[in-house]
Amino acid sequence: MGLEIAFWALAIVGVVAALAVVLLRDVFRAALSLVLCFLAVAGIYVTLSADFLAAVQVLVYVGAISVLIILAIMLTREVQRGSPSNRLRLPAFVVAILFFGAVVFAMVNTPWQVVDVPPLEPTTSALAFKLFGEGGFILPVEIAPVLLLAAILGAIVLVREK
Amino acid sequence: MTIVETSLGPGGRLAALPPDWPGGYWWHWLVFVVIILIFVVVMVMAFIYMERRGLGRLQARLGPNRAGPLGILQPVADAIKVLLKEDIIPAKGDKLVHWLAPVVAFVPALMIFAVIPFQDGALLVDLNIGILYIVAISSVATVGVFMAGWASNNKFSLLGAMRDVAQVVSYEIPLVLSIAGVVLVAGSLSMNEIVEAQSVPFILLQPLGFLIFFMAACAEVNRTPFDLLEAESEIVAGFHTEYSGMKFALFYLVEYTEVLALSAIITTLFLSGWRGPLLPPFLWFLIKVVAVFFLIFWVRSTIPRLRIDQVMAFAWKCLLPLALINLFITGLEIVALPEGLPWFLILVNIAIMVVLVVLWSGFFKLGGGRVEV
Repeated sequence: MGLEIAFWALAIVGVVAALAVVLLRDVFRAALSLVLCFLAVAGIYVTLSADFLAAVQVLVYVGAISVLIILAIMLTREVQRGSPSNRLRLPAFVVAILFFGAVVFAMVNTPWQVVDVPPLEPTTSALAFKLFGEGGFILPVEIAPVLLLAAILGAIVLVREK
Repeated sequence: MTIVETSLGPGGRLAALPPDWPGGYWWHWLVFVVIILIFVVVMVMAFIYMERRGLGRLQARLGPNRAGPLGILQPVADAIKVLLKEDIIPAKGDKLVHWLAPVVAFVPALMIFAVIPFQDGALLVDLNIGILYIVAISSVATVGVFMAGWASNNKFSLLGAMRDVAQVVSYEIPLVLSIAGVVLVAGSLSMNEIVEAQSVPFILLQPLGFLIFFMAACAEVNRTPFDLLEAESEIVAGFHTEYSGMKFALFYLVEYTEVLALSAIITTLFLSGWRGPLLPPFLWFLIKVVAVFFLIFWVRSTIPRLRIDQVMAFAWKCLLPLALINLFITGLEIVALPEGLPWFLILVNIAIMVVLVVLWSGFFKLGGGRVEV
């Protein structure tokens, strides 16, 4: 009961915030709505007993990515005029509708597995064994930083003064 | 070879409070929310008094001593003064965001205290991701500062906010890396279990980690060598230039709440929290928090403010490599000594810290030939 109320409250906040990101004219307020949306998603993770994921969601998306987006907005000129639409409006709309349809189709047609087992407590050590232990996901964990490092090096090369 | 005990034996948890003290889920919530609110307000007032009087002493002057005996009512007088002031919103500013900013900055600072153990088991929720929760929640406060800087429609506010984000994002990396050392030794992210693991305070086992954490955290909460986002001589008052009245008071409260949270976190991670002989646990906790705060404003009265490029260079060229080395050495020790850390390691770690700090400080000498940092 309590979980259901929490889910619907978070879901409504999340969806309204996500719509606000797209519909608001003021870019800065749109970025703040994005922060709210990320927080609502983190809240949903909490209701799913994924506490570690929720904390990382807040740390990475709210603490780092949103802040970088806001910083980029501050460095942009003529923000006050809002986000003017351009010729890509219609194609973007079509792509968004297609994506939305694909997501809905996937969600409706997936045979979701429901498990009766109570959620794992504590989650951290199980997660650590899964990520770094034997037979775990150590290779993807190692590949992701390499990819990030390559991206960082690329960014440095792009902005380097000649 | 005697081993440093990093877990409580079966007899060690006699005094632990049950997780739903004083009986019932909602009573636990209510009681602890009230305790936390009172703790924060009273300690912030005490800190303001201590800082103003203590700073006066350290600067060879008296400090405020008129309101009440020994000036003890000075924080109250300050609060009343600031509450009676007019609340001004810039005409061309974003009014909603301007109003929301202090709230967004204050809530995360308050939420940190949910996982701080005042005594064994005496905390709002013993999250098993305790310290990660703190790191995540405190990163939200930056958004509040950003909102304030933006909504004020003032170039100095905006500059202050941008300095803040550059500084906070940079110092978060050494901060988290130094926490990782503590977590490795304690074997848990839960704040209460980290305290339980400290039969010797981790400041001895992790001296370099403590130094890095202390400096990075001072930068995170913008205390004086790193308070560039409100450097009076450069950008008026930074992000809260356009704030007055109650909203300014809230930002002031945020500043001290963050320092209080920082003192409590250092107490928990490095100074063995509520543990100590003779005195009751919560008293030990309070004593250590106040001692850490004294250290913080002692630093403030001693070291002048850095330049912005020095601050950034210090984070990336000094703290980050040191934090990486610290994490590496800690991991090496844990792997090499799986049955526990022996006592002589304390001396080894202190020696490593001294060598590394002396080595690295050589790169940052000012005036002695190398002016560039």
